[in-house]
Amino acid sequence: MSELKYSPDELIVAAAARYFEDNKTIFVGTGLPVVATALAQKLYAPNISLIFEGGAVRPILSDKYLTYSPNDARSCYKAIMQASSFDVLSFLQRGFIDYGVISGAQVDQYGNVNTSFIGDYRKPTVKLPGSGGANDIASLANRILIIMRHEKRRFVEKVDFITSPGNIDEKGRESHDIIFGKPLAILTNLALMEYDPQLKRAKVKALQPGVTLQQLLDNLGFKPIIPEKVEEIAPPTEEEIKTIREIDPRGVWVKRAK
Amino acid sequence: MLNLLEARKAAEEKDRSLRDKTMSLSEAIKKFVHDGDTVALSGPNFTRLAMAAVREIIRQGKKDLTVAKTLASFDVELLLAASLVKKIIASWVSVGVVWGVSKVMRDRVESGKVEFEEWSNFGMNLRFKAGAMGVPFLPAFSMLGSDLIKQNNCRVITCPYTGLKLAAVPALFPDVAVIHAQRADKYGNVIIDGPTAADPDIAKSAKHVIVTVEEIVDTEEIRREADKTAIPFFMVDAVVWAPFGSHPYDCYGYYDMDFEHVSAYVNLIETKGVNAAQEYLQEYVYGVKDHFEYLAKIPLEKLFKKAQIAKAIRYGWE
Repeated sequence: MSELKYSPDELIVAAAARYFEDNKTIFVGTGLPVVATALAQKLYAPNISLIFEGGAVRPILSDKYLTYSPNDARSCYKAIMQASSFDVLSFLQRGFIDYGVISGAQVDQYGNVNTSFIGDYRKPTVKLPGSGGANDIASLANRILIIMRHEKRRFVEKVDFITSPGNIDEKGRESHDIIFGKPLAILTNLALMEYDPQLKRAKVKALQPGVTLQQLLDNLGFKPIIPEKVEEIAPPTEEEIKTIREIDPRGVWVKRAK
Repeated sequence: MLNLLEARKAAEEKDRSLRDKTMSLSEAIKKFVHDGDTVALSGPNFTRLAMAAVREIIRQGKKDLTVAKTLASFDVELLLAASLVKKIIASWVSVGVVWGVSKVMRDRVESGKVEFEEWSNFGMNLRFKAGAMGVPFLPAFSMLGSDLIKQNNCRVITCPYTGLKLAAVPALFPDVAVIHAQRADKYGNVIIDGPTAADPDIAKSAKHVIVTVEEIVDTEEIRREADKTAIPFFMVDAVVWAPFGSHPYDCYGYYDMDFEHVSAYVNLIETKGVNAAQEYLQEYVYGVKDHFEYLAKIPLEKLFKKAQIAKAIRYGWE
């Protein structure tokens, strides 16, 4: 097992798949969260119900017809319902979605995510693709998980633009008219950090295998809360890696180890 | 873009006669899309894109357009590449997540040539829903506390019953909606298979509606599946036969996405820069006279294969 080779993406996906409780609903965008959900479905949470913003309710993720987008025909494979986008986005607002999973270009200590503008939004240095459904997921899902590949420049003290709200600031999202949902955690290939319910900031929960606390701190643009005891995430199992590669056989979403 | 009263008046005055509305794509675009229009486009980002119509809009050089869409992709990408857009109203624009951020979109927006008004996806859906309902706004708990409502000037209101704060998402009434669907009869009764996205609402909110379809069917077929009619004839102005009209993106039950075609385009931009989009436009848009000449450039075997896969996806084949 010690020779098992895995990539940072595979590390994230395996840890994310173990994070979800069974018999819950989950609303995800594309990429790593999709594969993580598929992995969870296959190994740990067979009765987790996936919902895509394009309208597919509880589709089956097929390795043969792997979806390119939560808004394509492939995302509807064997779905039990094909709704309108308005319908499924309303599921979020109505309270029917347990987990919302998003990603982003920038994230800050309060769990706010930016996928819109780098620099001043009136004259951006980079225009990113935009919110899509991410703001709706972050505003309305019962629990929000952020999944990101760890790059220091993406972990900032304050995001340039809040596309998707986390806790907003030390006062918390409730002080900014957001009455639903709770930012839960951020998972990367270095660590899992949870958002402290009182202090509203990221708190180191666990480190990925082989990662030191110092390594994590060196790769953050903010100071997280460090508890007395930091856990370690179990490394991916052979079964997890094998299943991930079956789900995404061409490595469209989950980059393989070189 | 119309305001509520203008949109209401346009609906009241719209000709409801049951008449044959089939016409060529070039005629439909000539008649119903004008310089300066707000054009709403169908499909979320990968499915039932009005690509055939977009290519015809580019050939006709309709300019200063505001494009409104929930999630935009290759449709808006090509309109931007052709420099016909002055403003985007959308929640997301990229060729596709797989290909990262669109360099063409970045170039146009960062240089200030194109304004980008950003909403959440629910926000865009609500803008069209409010338009379809004929009300000035719809309340939502989305976007509160975020910077989106600063950027797009969405107002926050207090509910008169509960005292809760809500985003008052304004209705959007486009000048024209361009929708690609699977089937319609000659009168414009439209059937959408698979997810409808926001498209019925886009049609209902717009002043004019152009529908391009894979198949024009007899009204008897509509009657047999009337539970699937997404748009009734009296909202529709033009019905255009455009098989593979969403190519290179997908159409539920009809064909899968032509991933290779889009990848080749993105590679061209990645290697040669944003101006290389002109080479693509020259080959696939300006260089062909119509949709069928475009289709003739795509290998037939590939098209049939994509159709086969779409069937497998629709019927859940293993």
